Amino acid sequence: MTMLALQNVSKSFGALKVTDDVSFDVPEGQALGIIGPNGAGKSTLFNLITGNLSADEGGIHLQGRDVTRAPAMQRCIAGVGRSFQIPQPFTNLTVYENLVVAATFGRQRAEKDVMRQCAVILERTELIGRANQTAGSLSLLERKRLELARAMATHPKLLLLDEIAGGLTEGECHSLVETIKAIHAEGVTIIWIEHVLHALTSVVDRLLVLDFGRVIGIGDPDEIMNSREVKEIYLGIDI
Amino acid sequence: MIWVDTILQGILLGGLYALFAAGLSLVFGIMRLVNLAHGDLIVLGAYLILLLVTMTGLSPFLAAAIAIPLMFMLGYGLQKFMLNRVLGDDILPPLLVTFGLSVVLQNALLEGFSADSQRLPAGTLSTASVEVAGINLGVLPLLTFASAVLVIVGLNQLFYRTSLGRAFRATSDDATTASLMGIKPASIFAKATSIAMIIVTIAALYLGMRSNFDPNIGPARLIYAFEAVIIGGLGSLWGTLAGGIIIGVAQTVGAAINPEWQILAGHVAFLIVLLIRPRGLFPRAVD
Repeated sequence: MTMLALQNVSKSFGALKVTDDVSFDVPEGQALGIIGPNGAGKSTLFNLITGNLSADEGGIHLQGRDVTRAPAMQRCIAGVGRSFQIPQPFTNLTVYENLVVAATFGRQRAEKDVMRQCAVILERTELIGRANQTAGSLSLLERKRLELARAMATHPKLLLLDEIAGGLTEGECHSLVETIKAIHAEGVTIIWIEHVLHALTSVVDRLLVLDFGRVIGIGDPDEIMNSREVKEIYLGIDI
Repeated sequence: MIWVDTILQGILLGGLYALFAAGLSLVFGIMRLVNLAHGDLIVLGAYLILLLVTMTGLSPFLAAAIAIPLMFMLGYGLQKFMLNRVLGDDILPPLLVTFGLSVVLQNALLEGFSADSQRLPAGTLSTASVEVAGINLGVLPLLTFASAVLVIVGLNQLFYRTSLGRAFRATSDDATTASLMGIKPASIFAKATSIAMIIVTIAALYLGMRSNFDPNIGPARLIYAFEAVIIGGLGSLWGTLAGGIIIGVAQTVGAAINPEWQILAGHVAFLIVLLIRPRGLFPRAVD
């Protein structure tokens, strides 16, 4: 079963085509990594999938259901969860409340039904000690963990991670990767944009390369990393 | 003793201003919408209560209880069909629309009820008083103040103890991210404005029983409400009560010195607070 399918999706900002005829499928339970130089349109692609932006052309299907024109909140309820490249917690809410909001509205459940699950997620993402602090007081690593935790609280079938390992130390990165692996092991489909390649390749099943809004390669991570095109365009090495 | 009395009267008057301001503060806090028609909506509420009192002979309190659900629905419709359409990155369209609404409301009320000043019949309540430690306090001002405190406590409970309140705060922080968590900002905004209209109706009840009103007094109420919100610090509900009290006390103290100074003293107090604390007395920790 296909979790997410994009068919010929395009998006322009004025004359600039940031997403150019992008098509790909992500089977259920798979982890797909997306790489590409800065400005390649990676975050825009996420915005199109979550519904923050609407596609000019093409179609987006979630588990076979057409969501091309569905608003962001409906896609969230349908199972799309997302973490932001620059963490955007609700700074005036406590860490716990951040999760409760996501869980109650994202899953359409009553508060009492999600409290335990929120606590479990906080435990897993090592934020339990910060539960009653306001999210505005967290460090960068903690904010990134909160991004992940909050996305998890919506109980996503498809989890979009946007450069979640960026700016972290090696040790911090390692522990975050372990958490993501565990989430993936539970069957959550993951699409992960990342510049920290070793973190990415340790989790994903396939890699997609984006450049100037176009897909220039998709397939086995090793093959992609060793392909001539990727080395030329992404790594800037002239062969 | 006369000064203690003056200050107490000022504090109680502040309760009325806090009622004016609480609805404005709620709406601004959640959707960054400055509702320039807020004062006129209070006046509309007062006329609605008056109409119900005249038609049915009920007491103003019972009439207000009937007016509250009507104003609640009006608020929902107003937000859903008008204000949500103009909210966005640009702050000018909502300002223009609410300014226009203010003009329309004033003229509609003028057409419907004439420019004669009106008053809600409070009966014996308007003169009733209780003596506390040698000072006479009016029952009506005491009720007004108690209602203001109840409204603020109620709003705080709503904001910090309920799921809807959390959604209010999350949307206030970042509406785009909130929509990714399954929250529909447009519907949250409509609920917020509906709740604000409940407070507007309570404010209208006490305004109408305490003093005369006519279709043109809305903008002046808006100014008091604004000043109370700004003094308290945007987004702080208890700050709004404090802001109302500061304006109330400044007005009664000003009036005690010279009756002509009442209104001016309130505005001067506002300017002084702004000079010392430009972000108000209790600004939110993170903006």
